[in-house]
Amino acid sequence: MDWGAFIHYGLMRWLHILAGVMWIGLLYYFNFVQVAALKAAATDNTGAGITKHVAPRALLFFRWAALVTWLAGATILGAHFFDAFFFLQKVYVPIGVGAWLGTIMLFNVWVLIWPNQKKILGIVQASDEEKAKARRVAFLASRTNTMLSLPMLFFMIASGGVFRTSFFGI
Amino acid sequence: MKNPLDSLWGTVISGLVLTVILYWVVKLALGS
Repeated sequence: MDWGAFIHYGLMRWLHILAGVMWIGLLYYFNFVQVAALKAAATDNTGAGITKHVAPRALLFFRWAALVTWLAGATILGAHFFDAFFFLQKVYVPIGVGAWLGTIMLFNVWVLIWPNQKKILGIVQASDEEKAKARRVAFLASRTNTMLSLPMLFFMIASGGVFRTSFFGI
Repeated sequence: MKNPLDSLWGTVISGLVLTVILYWVVKLALGS
């Protein structure tokens, strides 16, 4: 048994998918459930439980799952990392597009969503005006990631074996 | 014009449209 390949392609791919399910699952929770729930809760002032107890926990797993997903994906690419990111070989172009979309999404999580959510949730001090701006930036970054998740997942599943051949003929 | 990302279904439709566009860009770039 080739233990190097088992860890590199087997366990890393498993970890990549596990962490990816957690990341995108929580992204969909925020966009499909929590945004609408907070809007409804604003009408009868019952949103405090969500923002105090649910959102910080969801954001904890969300942002670290995003990082683990990216690192596991980069590990799987290994020596072909640059082939994928710079489209140096035809067979790595589909996964390269998926990898770029995932990288943009990781950037949005750590640079736009999390710092602004810290202001919204009161983890760091912010004025009402700063909070309003943070709410808009975090919302649009989260919605952008939801939009990008569709092509990202498509290129992830269309990048290998019979799937790549059927979609791209290579 | 309203930002499609303000609506959940606008976001999903934008994602689907982007998927189709990127698919064809990659397919044509690969000459397949």
